[in-house]
Amino acid sequence: MSLERRSIFFDLTRVEVLANGHVLPESARCVQCGICSYNCPLGLDVRAYAWRGEPIFDSTCLTCGQCVARCPRGVLTFAPLTNG
Amino acid sequence: MAANYVIVGSGVAGIAAAEVLRARAPGASITIVSEDPDGYYSRPGLAYYLSGEIPEKHLFLRSKADFRALGIHWLHAQATQIDVAGHRLILADKRSLAYDKLLIATGARAAAPDFPGGDLDGVFTLDTLKDAKRLVRKANKSGQAVVVGGGITALELAEGLHACGVNVHYLLRGARYWANVLDAEESELVEAYLRGDEIEIHYHARVRQALGKRGKLYAVETDSGEIIPCQILAVAIGTRPHLDLARTAGITIDRGILTDSCLRTSAPDILAAGDVAQVHDDSTGRASLDTLWPTARAHGEAAANTMLGTPTPYHRVVAMNVTLLAGIPTTIIGALGSGSDEDLVAIARGDSENWRTAAPTWVVVERHEVNRIRLMLGDRTITGALVMGDQTLSRPLQRLIAAKADISPIRDALLADDHAVLQLIATFSAEWERNHAATT
Ligand SMILES: Cc1cc2nc3c(=O)[nH]c(=O)nc-3n(C[C@H](O)[C@H](O)[C@H](O)COP(=O)(O)OP(=O)(O)OC[C@H]3O[C@@H](n4cnc5c(N)ncnc54)[C@H](O)[C@@H]3O)c2cc1C
Ligand code: SF4
Ligand code: SF4
Repeated sequence: MSLERRSIFFDLTRVEVLANGHVLPESARCVQCGICSYNCPLGLDVRAYAWRGEPIFDSTCLTCGQCVARCPRGVLTFAPLTNG
Repeated sequence: MAANYVIVGSGVAGIAAAEVLRARAPGASITIVSEDPDGYYSRPGLAYYLSGEIPEKHLFLRSKADFRALGIHWLHAQATQIDVAGHRLILADKRSLAYDKLLIATGARAAAPDFPGGDLDGVFTLDTLKDAKRLVRKANKSGQAVVVGGGITALELAEGLHACGVNVHYLLRGARYWANVLDAEESELVEAYLRGDEIEIHYHARVRQALGKRGKLYAVETDSGEIIPCQILAVAIGTRPHLDLARTAGITIDRGILTDSCLRTSAPDILAAGDVAQVHDDSTGRASLDTLWPTARAHGEAAANTMLGTPTPYHRVVAMNVTLLAGIPTTIIGALGSGSDEDLVAIARGDSENWRTAAPTWVVVERHEVNRIRLMLGDRTITGALVMGDQTLSRPLQRLIAAKADISPIRDALLADDHAVLQLIATFSAEWERNHAATT
């Protein structure tokens, strides 16, 4: 792991994930505040995925990163899609 | 006959339990009794409602219709007593409900102001959506507010009121903010941010009394005799579990309702979960209180499984909270401080007593403008960490601490060179994760 200094607010390695990534929640950090769902431009219920601890597998997700950037708890990260 | 489960409280502990019960016992009768007319919403989200980051309707995670669809009965009522021998829950309106298993998930309420005048109109604590809405309405008509207390809620109140356009004075009883979890430099970082928002901090300031005219707050008088005019006094001096139900039923209580590791109380077929439960930890032999959302959820789930006949211990995970402290992303993991905090009479919200059990340990600090990492090192493990600003290492540290990873290979290097800390941890954690993945 190489170290770059980024705040969680700008932790958007978007270019890399646009092609083959998804948003991954860590439910133990989530307090269900709803900021992610509120800020998703598509109105996806990101919070519900975070409650279940499931990656956001929604073909309409833009991987725009709004939810990742706005979550005050660092719950959401981009993870590369693993094949299989 | 299908089992009959009754849950008191519609916070996260109660709801998590109800969902598990429904999933595993499709035919059972499940009833949630709650005195909160607003039902189920994110309590930590109230802080973001206050600061205007989310509108009210986004606080609700589940509607009453969602519960109906799950076949969960919803009863808006206050539970006042338990007939332990007769297996009945008694409500304030004298109705009563029979139960086979009862879960008490009544949470905690903000500790009442501990000074004269605490009952004046204009004095607020923050527990419920109703409190938050009243506070916002009042803030829109007020020029000046005083905030007293410590921990995360006091900051959220100060920042939320500031966001509503109110001029905020923040009174600290001691020399710095959250002295028993943060170190001096971390406190200073938070205080500098608050000052940047033009929140005026008063140190060594204790409220002597809240002053009112015809029942309405107009000022706060401090111990030193200073009078601060204000229309709002927001108080966050800690929380107290709702113990009345358990106490009148003769259930064993301490600071919370005492339970074994599977969330069972001293009374047959009665369990407790969430902020109200003081759960025995078999590994340490102690019972401690948490006021953390993820802990409450995990309690609720374990309790539900126990109610279903599979005694399931709550496994204490490393206490962790990720939050914004005055706008600075901060992760607090494991044991960090010790002693007491004058601004809190009890454990703060978003807090865990485990953060104050730090044994004397080595402290390694990495500084980088507002980015800061503090590690508490035991003999072979990292026992706690506080990550402020850059959160890159928050997750790796959380994993190393939770797994009690043996860090002896880098311990000397960590102690030798403050500046190498980030890179050492990053490299070590990457390697540890690889080995971990290989062995599991
Ligand atoms: C402003 C604020 C900020 C917070 N920030 C954080 C944070 O940053 N991180 C974190 O982890 N946690 C935070 N918390 C704490 C977190 O919200 C609690 O730990 C969690 O909500 C506890 O859930 P619970 O189900 O145990 O209790 P609660 O959510 O308190 O629910 C208790 C329920 O019981 C009901 N009830 C009580 N008595 C009775 C009765 N006699 N009859 C009927 N119903 C009754 C109440 O109406 C309520 O519905 C915060 C809390 C607040 C208020
Ligand atoms: S913004 Fe973050 S903490 Fe809030 S609901 Fe979404 S994932 Fe959970
Ligand atoms: S990445 Fe964008 S589109 Fe996808 S869930 Fe998050 S906010 Fe919505």
